[in-house]
Amino acid sequence: MAEMDTSSGGGHKKGPGVKKGKKLSTRVDLTPMVDLGFLLITFFIFTTTMSQATAFKLNLPKDADKPEDQNKAKESGVLTILLGKDNHIFYYEGMLDNSNASSKFKSANFGNGEDGIRTVIMRKKANTPPDDFVVVIKPNNECTYKNVVDILDEMSINVVKKYALVDISEVENQLVKVTEGAGK
Amino acid sequence: MSRAKLPRKSTNIDMTAMCDVAFLLLSFFILTTKFKPAEAITVTTPSSVASKVAPDKDIVLITIDKNGKVFLGLDDEDIKGAMVDIINKQKNISLDANAFKKAEFYGTPFSQLPQFLKIPKEDLKGDALPGIPVDSTKGPNELIEWMGIVHTAYENSGGKKINILLKGDNDSKYPSFDAVIKALKKNDFLKFQMVTNPEAVPIGSDLYKQPREDEGKK
Repeated sequence: MAEMDTSSGGGHKKGPGVKKGKKLSTRVDLTPMVDLGFLLITFFIFTTTMSQATAFKLNLPKDADKPEDQNKAKESGVLTILLGKDNHIFYYEGMLDNSNASSKFKSANFGNGEDGIRTVIMRKKANTPPDDFVVVIKPNNECTYKNVVDILDEMSINVVKKYALVDISEVENQLVKVTEGAGK
Repeated sequence: MSRAKLPRKSTNIDMTAMCDVAFLLLSFFILTTKFKPAEAITVTTPSSVASKVAPDKDIVLITIDKNGKVFLGLDDEDIKGAMVDIINKQKNISLDANAFKKAEFYGTPFSQLPQFLKIPKEDLKGDALPGIPVDSTKGPNELIEWMGIVHTAYENSGGKKINILLKGDNDSKYPSFDAVIKALKKNDFLKFQMVTNPEAVPIGSDLYKQPREDEGKK
């Protein structure tokens, strides 16, 4: 008959002269395959960007047309942060005038250290009654979008309830530029 | 005393089951991976501690690229259809409504819009486009007009919600951002969201302490 007998060993008995074929195991060592599988899994897990873009909410105040409508902030509770180019930050507390400009005007950075803007904000927050605490952010034309978002982020990190994004005045802009120039 | 002889067991474990699991997981990850589509405008967003996921429906996306060029994108075709009518009426031009609806973003002055709409989608690259003029020192801030048109289009849409997203590049300078804010303010869009990458809340900050305090009060 034209049938092939694939079963080894089973069924009919072979004659005395027929050598019995060695029974080969059908088992394959799957360890390398598992290794490969997990390797690929790790690859895909790491390359998948799980991070969805988040959104940072910002509510703008309506432009006050009349000066009397504008919010007035208590001088003692105001912290003004100026943003300059190359990630420079400057700040002062209260009001700035010609007589005290040099002593009040200080510089900070985005770090976490003693000079970091976070420390400055936290210190000011701790020393001010919560109702009076206002942060005024004044970015100049050379600072980057990242700086502004970082500072706004700093507001939410330090839970500053009242803050404002204000155009920089010419005097302050000059002061920022002079200080930046001097620092080099 | 003779100890009972334990039958020596083979150390071979059947790997088939493990192999199955590994490849099941593998196929799952392959199938769920979505490749990021190539973007016409490349933007690296800054990171923030905000944890809310950015909305992806009914969005008006204002993009600022690294050179400070501003682009406006919308996802709702009905709104775009309404917009094109308004623009045609206001500017006295006849834009191709279908092409306007198909475009994902707009990034030229109004005067160049007809030519802009003729550019095939594959060739639209943010680098090659002039962007919507926003610099008020060089001319009118056209984004104010754009946002006015968006505002009218949404008002006539019968109460569609509007999500304004701002996606800015790390390196873009502040004036563009300022111009965008001014354009939004002028049109009474006082709420908007900035697209950022998530970031961990710094340990020890007030925000970090906040939820714990709240839990303590309960």
